[in-house]
Amino acid sequence: MAEKSKSTDLRRRMRDALKGGGDKAIERQKATGKLTARERILALLDSKSFHEYDIFVEHAGRDFDMDQKYLPGDGVITGTGTILGHPVCIYAQDFTVAGGSLGYMHAKKITKIMDHAMNLKIPLIGINDSGGARIQEGVNSLAGYGEIFYRNTQASGVIPQISVILGPCAGGAVYSPALTDFVFVVDKISKMFITGPEVIKTVLGEEITMEELGGARTHAEITGNAHFYAESEMECFSQIKQLVSFIPWNNFKKADPFPKKKPKSRKFRIEDIIPGDAKQPYDVRDVIRAVVDDSEFFEVQELFAANIVIGFARLDGETIGFVANQPLVLAGVLDVDSSDKAARFIRYCDAFNIPLCTFVDLPGYLPGVEQEHAGVIRHGAKILYAYSEATVPKITLILRKAYGGGYIAMCSHHLRADFVFAWPTAEIAVMGPEGAANIIFRKEIMQAKNPEKLRQEKIEEYKEKFANPYVAAAYGYIDAVIEPDETRNILLHALQISKNKSVERPQKKHGIPPF
Amino acid sequence: MDNEEKELDYRSLWVDEVKYRTTLTRKYLNRKPYEPPNIKKIKAFIPGTIKAVYVKRRSRVKMNDDLLILEAMKMQNIIKAPMDGVIKAVHIKPGQAVAKDFLLIEFQ
Repeated sequence: MAEKSKSTDLRRRMRDALKGGGDKAIERQKATGKLTARERILALLDSKSFHEYDIFVEHAGRDFDMDQKYLPGDGVITGTGTILGHPVCIYAQDFTVAGGSLGYMHAKKITKIMDHAMNLKIPLIGINDSGGARIQEGVNSLAGYGEIFYRNTQASGVIPQISVILGPCAGGAVYSPALTDFVFVVDKISKMFITGPEVIKTVLGEEITMEELGGARTHAEITGNAHFYAESEMECFSQIKQLVSFIPWNNFKKADPFPKKKPKSRKFRIEDIIPGDAKQPYDVRDVIRAVVDDSEFFEVQELFAANIVIGFARLDGETIGFVANQPLVLAGVLDVDSSDKAARFIRYCDAFNIPLCTFVDLPGYLPGVEQEHAGVIRHGAKILYAYSEATVPKITLILRKAYGGGYIAMCSHHLRADFVFAWPTAEIAVMGPEGAANIIFRKEIMQAKNPEKLRQEKIEEYKEKFANPYVAAAYGYIDAVIEPDETRNILLHALQISKNKSVERPQKKHGIPPF
Repeated sequence: MDNEEKELDYRSLWVDEVKYRTTLTRKYLNRKPYEPPNIKKIKAFIPGTIKAVYVKRRSRVKMNDDLLILEAMKMQNIIKAPMDGVIKAVHIKPGQAVAKDFLLIEFQ
């Protein structure tokens, strides 16, 4: 062949491959409000940065007449590109090609780009939109999933792994996203479950809609499987871009610094946010916004276990992971879900060299049979484990209540916080004044002529003596009591001088966290 | 979510004898209240279909006697009497599909 005709041949092959599942399948994809796999990649990556590989890979199915079929790219698109200048490896399952089903070569393409990401030490993004295993390829499909799970686990804590659920992701397929760091879902488009509504109905007689069972909202609010919830695919992509701007490329790097900015002090006045009465609620995110650069707080898992707040912000341009009790929701208690949520985030930040700031204001643990039977002991232990294990700079600020086990758990000095600061409104005690007075003075109160009057007196007495930061400060458990308007400055200083922190850990293969 | 946009539904939550003003989550509101187990009430431990019923009202049974077969997930589960006693009521018949925790049989 002459050189020119070889080029024509390439162009023809490319044209066939780029058609994906063909016009009809693309039409069906669009009719459900979804973009195509290639459109998604282009919308997410920097313009003209995407380079596709393995476009001519052919599927390996030999049974059930599969050898007669041409499946462009075997239903998955893989490549590299950049997001806001950060290099990434990416794959997107193409639902228009055999329902995005995962066969042997489809999986091979994915594992190849995963290996690539690991060797290049750059983030991996997976866009999931697949009917599941390609049944015609039998056990090779299962092998494919297994190979992906193994790599997800090896890459965990080395490179950031981001999963985007833009279609069905059911059965075994859900475990790849579950093993990755961040899962993005979109309303009415994402569907994740182990067993679908039809099976549940026929086998168990339980009726539930697809949305209620495994839709975006369910995973963002109820199960906690998803970390980011969006109303549309485009909103989802802008969330991913924002996340990428906050995290480092790999575990040997720091996140890229940003230009320093002051908080919007007129909108978020730190003195005005917190009610003096410890029983009254406020939105702790406003306290975070009052101290961070440009008052920009990028919240993670906003809808799930909202009694604890986690997310990223910047202090003098550097990415910081924030963990804060949220008095606005369930009084900010720790419970099964909030412990789980915070612990995982703490480990993420620790793995990727992101300093941790903890804001404390909690009454303790959520009481109830449901919590005890759900395992609040072992789940609650996760947060202790995660903080104790973390070696990044850890700075704690006690805003108001820090009672009992909650005080210890929220990155106290005892779990090796580098600095613990407290506002004058802080109350560090074994429990709230009411409960404590009832126990300590039980006999006296019972025997009193006017028990209620004495009870109130004793509560006041206890409040006076113990509901403050100075008892803890007297033992050195608090490093400094600061005025609220000093908060940003002291955090900046603490971070600046913690930059070269290094902690020796006992030699071990790995710990055994209370998973 | 911007809090100024919508009125928040404030409720009370008691923790260690202190009443806090706060909002509650959907998950918290939907939690099931605890019920102590009652040996005299035989409930479906799994959703399924009743394949056979071996007792009637007023039947006298010994502990570990077969009461019924509950088929679920292709398994035939033989439900046995947890105690010696007399059957007070049978709430199911063969072929009936039952949800989890459905009350099947009661002892006197």
